[in-house]
Amino acid sequence: MEKSIKKYFPIFVLPTMIAFTIGFIAPFILGIYLSFCKFTTVIDAKFVGLSNYVKAFQDPTFLHAAWYTAAFTVASVLLINVLAFVVAKLLTKGFAGTNIFRTVFFMPNLIGGLILGYIWQLLLNGVLAYFGKTLTYTSAYGFWGLIILMLWQQVGYMMIIYIAGIQNIPGDLVEAAAIDGASKWQVLRYITIPMIMPSITICTFLTLTNGFKLFDQNLALTNGAPSKMSEMLALNIYYTFYGRTGYEGVGQAKAVIFFILVAIIAMVQNRLTRSKEVQQ
Amino acid sequence: MEKKKTKHGPLLTVIFTLISLAYVYPIVLVVINSFKKKQYISKYPFKLPSEKMFVGLENYVRGIQQTNLIQAFGVSLFITVFSVLAMILCCSMCAWYICRVKTKVTSLIYTLCLFAMVVPFQMEMYTLSKIANMLHLGNPVGIVIIYLGFGAGLSVFMFTGFMKSIPLEIEEAAMIDGCTPLQTFFQIVLPICKPTCVTVAILQAMWVWNDYLLPSLVLDARRWKTVPMAVQYLKGGYGSVDMGAMMGTLVLSIVPIIIFYLACQKYIIEGVVAGAVKG
Repeated sequence: MEKSIKKYFPIFVLPTMIAFTIGFIAPFILGIYLSFCKFTTVIDAKFVGLSNYVKAFQDPTFLHAAWYTAAFTVASVLLINVLAFVVAKLLTKGFAGTNIFRTVFFMPNLIGGLILGYIWQLLLNGVLAYFGKTLTYTSAYGFWGLIILMLWQQVGYMMIIYIAGIQNIPGDLVEAAAIDGASKWQVLRYITIPMIMPSITICTFLTLTNGFKLFDQNLALTNGAPSKMSEMLALNIYYTFYGRTGYEGVGQAKAVIFFILVAIIAMVQNRLTRSKEVQQ
Repeated sequence: MEKKKTKHGPLLTVIFTLISLAYVYPIVLVVINSFKKKQYISKYPFKLPSEKMFVGLENYVRGIQQTNLIQAFGVSLFITVFSVLAMILCCSMCAWYICRVKTKVTSLIYTLCLFAMVVPFQMEMYTLSKIANMLHLGNPVGIVIIYLGFGAGLSVFMFTGFMKSIPLEIEEAAMIDGCTPLQTFFQIVLPICKPTCVTVAILQAMWVWNDYLLPSLVLDARRWKTVPMAVQYLKGGYGSVDMGAMMGTLVLSIVPIIIFYLACQKYIIEGVVAGAVKG
């Protein structure tokens, strides 16, 4: 069978591979190369070694964005996952209306990040106006505004993954523990959490990468104001490319650093939580 | 799962009803404000429109005129539908080939697909927009090719994950009965993969429809705008933002999605769960 399929390579694989090369491989390789060059268009690239990377690390806005992003990611991962798990646990208790609540909580995920940003800008600025402040008063306002927005958006998404995980726990396991005299906390600690480890792995992965790569919501809610203090990495890179001419190489170097960071975080996270999964 | 009676059932229902109302409030707020005169929106966002503030549908009309929103809907719909169709068709074919033909090339392709899922868009955005420009892909048809390429990683990964579990005997029987690989794929394999097709379609459609950055960098914005680009255009295109037009545009871009969501929420939620479990 393998032999007869093999001849069909051009039909089965080539369309995807051509698009993949244009959309992914070529930009990636060119991106790595250009991070070592000075250029304003792709054609006038001159090799300059590591100087783009040096400039990137000397840029205080980039370093600030890195810390801001890291803090945001940690806070959002913790809050989203804890809340999503609690809501999922409650919604699997089986009371009237759980399906409707699930539908409502998931809904914001269908709306694009940019639109969400403008919705919350209206609401949060309206509330802050009572205190004579706006979202762009200091970077802390933008930070917590963004956290509230992301909670509103992502708790529903993670919740349905946790619900699926909780519903997959065999009922007799919990019953056996109860007969053995385990308390509610012990059931949670020694049965529920180990059994939903795959859900925890995927949810922490999704919230981590979503937090780290956040762009649309950041752009819409504060656009980095005041003076780039609420700018996250993705937005910082965007403005390095398109905000100041002559810095395209630095922008590309920042992008490579960003990619390496995301890859490391994804790998470490995957190792850590996968190792805690139990075989069913 | 069997449903057991909870002790505090009615109380939980009441609490969650209140939370749900708070949950939809931001959207309701935008709808309310879309009927106010623009100078009152930022000043009194929480007030219901009084007679003095009420403008009827004026904000909607202005929103549509300023952003060319009707065309933006067409462009977004075109790009989303054809990108998703292309991803389902091409990536399922590619995934089947990878599963059934074991060579160094196919395992390299598979590794690259895994790799592509980790790479953030910022890594690619500048060079991708230049390459797209060089190849004249800055139109709704060209961007479909880019979406196919950029979305191939996840799609191929999901399809291979499912196809590995299909018993080989079914396909072998079809081939012995004289099916060509193409017939085998389209008449046997693809129908079996229907659940995965739905999952891939939902995840990718949610991404493509809402994506702002990629189309804003690739598309020729003077001729084509997607819905998120139209919304952002209101923010960037004018000195001071016309809050009235903004509210109208926001409502118009949300409503179709919510209707669509309520109509097929069962599939959407199932699709997201299936996608998460496999990924």
